[in-house]
Amino acid sequence: MADASSLSHLLAGGAAVEGHRPWPRVALDEVGWRRLRAALDGAEWALLSLWGEVGTVHLALRDEASGEIAVASLEAAQGRYPSIGAVRPAAIRLERAAHDLYGLVPVGLDDERPWLDHGRWPGRPAARPYEFLPVEGEGIHQIAVGPVHAGIIEPGHFRFHANGEAVVRLEQRLGYVHKGTQALMAGAPLERAARLAGRVSGDSTVAYALAFARAAEAAAGVEAPARAHWLRALMAELERLANHFGDIGAICNDASFGLMHAHCGILREEVLRASAAVFGHRLMMDCIVPGGVAVDIDAGGVARLGTLADQLARRFPRLVELYDKTTSLQDRTVTSGIVSAELARRFGAGGFVGRASGRAFDARRAAPYPPYDALAFDVPVLHEGDVNARVWIRIREVEQSLKLIHQLLPGLPDGPERIEVPARTGEGMALVEGFRGDVLMWLRLSDDGRVLRCHPRDPSWFQWPLLEAAIEGNIVADFPLCNKSFNCSYSGHDL
Amino acid sequence: MRRTLFDNLISRPVTIDAPPASDAALAELASKVDAAARRRLGRSLSIREVDAGSCNGCELEIHALNNAVYDLERFGIRFVASPRHADVLLVTGPVTANMREALERTYAATPGPKWVVAVGDCARDGGLFAGSYACVGGVSAAVPVDLHIAGCPPTPLALLEGLLALLQQAAGR
Repeated sequence: MADASSLSHLLAGGAAVEGHRPWPRVALDEVGWRRLRAALDGAEWALLSLWGEVGTVHLALRDEASGEIAVASLEAAQGRYPSIGAVRPAAIRLERAAHDLYGLVPVGLDDERPWLDHGRWPGRPAARPYEFLPVEGEGIHQIAVGPVHAGIIEPGHFRFHANGEAVVRLEQRLGYVHKGTQALMAGAPLERAARLAGRVSGDSTVAYALAFARAAEAAAGVEAPARAHWLRALMAELERLANHFGDIGAICNDASFGLMHAHCGILREEVLRASAAVFGHRLMMDCIVPGGVAVDIDAGGVARLGTLADQLARRFPRLVELYDKTTSLQDRTVTSGIVSAELARRFGAGGFVGRASGRAFDARRAAPYPPYDALAFDVPVLHEGDVNARVWIRIREVEQSLKLIHQLLPGLPDGPERIEVPARTGEGMALVEGFRGDVLMWLRLSDDGRVLRCHPRDPSWFQWPLLEAAIEGNIVADFPLCNKSFNCSYSGHDL
Repeated sequence: MRRTLFDNLISRPVTIDAPPASDAALAELASKVDAAARRRLGRSLSIREVDAGSCNGCELEIHALNNAVYDLERFGIRFVASPRHADVLLVTGPVTANMREALERTYAATPGPKWVVAVGDCARDGGLFAGSYACVGGVSAAVPVDLHIAGCPPTPLALLEGLLALLQQAAGR
């Protein structure tokens, strides 16, 4: 029996929507929505996402105590609904985006500025100049950076207010790489929508393809074969390894320690080459499809990946030792860019950002999906919340991914690697752990095999705002280092 | 650390041999690089990378050009931080409406002679994102393009072959 303050109790008054899997979706009236919002103010519920479609707003939550997950929906009368962002700041940018894309007005939200809409889409009014939040005080100056940055990175704008070298406030302006992905998915055949999902954020293409496939299978009420689950996990861990190697090296490079960068770069390259040899694509794009996987592997592939994992397990510890024993490097990373445990919890930040600040959330463990429920692995958690802690979480996760690969290769079940997904009406949601954190995918399918609405939510939505907090009081020169330790996705966020 | 350095003394270099310049790229470039430009640039190119809306997949592989395996700098090609230092703009993405002006301004800030290389299938014609309200649809819709390198994303080897063709043309050989 759920207690009076639990998520399921609050949703009990609403109408359960048929055919939403695997978690419930409940249609609330405005009274129910307001009660939910009032409870949300103090509750230990993580915001999983908030998204819109014409006339309706959806809110996905997770009760952190019980692990329950549910979606609440409200038909927005005249396109207006009581704002969730007003009580839960993590929802603010999602609400601004839902306003830009679906015309839904969050009533009670102070920040009425557009977010993804820069006033440049056809048929839209030209944008007023974007007003950054004011900073007052003597000797404050502004530094404007981007959208085109100095390095080979994605575009976005950072507005610093600084006093001398100290950052007083950082404000981000994103949306530059908004491609209209959700609109392209609406009405698209499943196969095309899956390819689009795999290009929401290229560095997480495996995680996105996996989340999309799982959501589509849930909506259609089918389960991928066991062999597919294991091959998907193999790809997901390879993707995690490649990105963590790249990140660890790049963070050290931003602290002027190029040697780590060079060695980590070689390890990353070896993962990508093995992936290309075994799965046919360096980033494994389009290798995971609804119903299973597009590529099976043979004994040669298993041997190749086994050799790769053995070599990485042998070579990586030396780099960890190098990081651990280089004081000039630690001098930069320890105590820089601290994210408090309270903020990580309030924003429901996932991935290494959350886990370096005490939030022990990993979708593979917290909302388990096969084959992880049958595998042994640890979820590393630290509490310092600084750049160094985010590096160490990545280091520990590399070790765990190698451990997982060593379990996955000998345990690969026999049988088919793919089934047909029947064209069937339904709604599905999936939560998948990418290298950066939890990727959420929600979709609705039509009976002729098309996607009617798909909402992908990148982990960066809840990490970008924490970067603004982390840099406060740090020196401007440490921003690249802090930024790299987050490595948020622009494309995943802008869609 | 000492072990790592010692191992490197007795192991073979990780850097791959130079691939041949791409024939397709040479053909596309043949008409576009004039003699005056060749004299001024010689065998050295500075590249400014501009992400005009990519999914970041192309950026990952462009990054890889700088790792020890592909080591782009040994050919005299390097990435620079400002368009004012650049000979080449390497542009990715379907060019979003929100990035169009930034791309045009970056192009305008690049001194001549200059080339634009469109990287990836999106950069050719919008790719999978063609037809979106939020995309202009290919780099050439915003700035003139001299060379296309195909792929989703192009492999570092494909990028290297294309850039070496550009270098050969620039050097007049």
